[in-house]
Amino acid sequence: MIEAVVARPDLWASYIWPSYILTIGGLVALLVWSWTAMRAAEKRAEDLKRK
Amino acid sequence: MHRFANPARFLRIARWATPITLVLGLILTTAGLYIGLFASPPDYQQGESVRIMYVHVPAAWLGSGGYLGLAIASATALIWRHPLATIAARAIAPVGAAFTAICLMSGSLWGKPTWGTYWVWDARLTSMLVLLFLYLGYLALSASEGEQGGERKGAAILALIGAINLPIIKYSVEWWNTLHQGSSINVLAGKSAMAPEILTPLLVSVAGFTFLFAAIVLMRMRAMLAEQRVEARSRRLAEAIA
Repeated sequence: MIEAVVARPDLWASYIWPSYILTIGGLVALLVWSWTAMRAAEKRAEDLKRK
Repeated sequence: MHRFANPARFLRIARWATPITLVLGLILTTAGLYIGLFASPPDYQQGESVRIMYVHVPAAWLGSGGYLGLAIASATALIWRHPLATIAARAIAPVGAAFTAICLMSGSLWGKPTWGTYWVWDARLTSMLVLLFLYLGYLALSASEGEQGGERKGAAILALIGAINLPIIKYSVEWWNTLHQGSSINVLAGKSAMAPEILTPLLVSVAGFTFLFAAIVLMRMRAMLAEQRVEARSRRLAEAIA
């Protein structure tokens, strides 16, 4: 009789952590991008207003 | 609605709304994801992999909800020529596209342990992929029309036509046989098939992501309005010098 051993991947390491890292990384990237773009644009507008 | 057509009035509101939505979003998202990861119980059928739901469902909700916002803003821009509507649509589009991409990728990571595959061409997954392409099409067309100095009408029309995909996404699991599960929450009837220990962190997560989405859109709108002010002032200075 042949017995097969099926190796099941670790759910946390293979799927759960990657999905959280992907989502949190994406959220942080969106927040940093929009925050820095807003600050830079508003600073340029203020600087130009003072001229 | 036309009361808010004034960019100066909008900016006054946005300046206090941005930090509030940002802080609420960060607190609720952190709480929802922490409970989802460490405090909520595993599902009796799916086991631990159900924890992916706490990032996948909010991303799906904002991918679709964002597109509805994009379509409403585009309709407002086309019909009433609301000065902020085009800016709102342009601010929503990349954020909605990012959430749709997160939904597709996290769904793929959830699909492998649940269905045994990362991807199948079933109606829900395919209609969400079409949504991502609609966002990308809007972004490309809007950028192209903007470079030519146009009013981005073509992009607005594309956004409106694309809205037909939203009911297809919603009802895809009822109209076709799909691997994707059916709806577990009926918002209109206020009913849920989920246990409260799973539903509560999911709702907290959805609320947190929604506030973060609003904060990002507000920040992008403020940036675009500031850029418009810079362009207008630079033009006036150049004319004065000439």
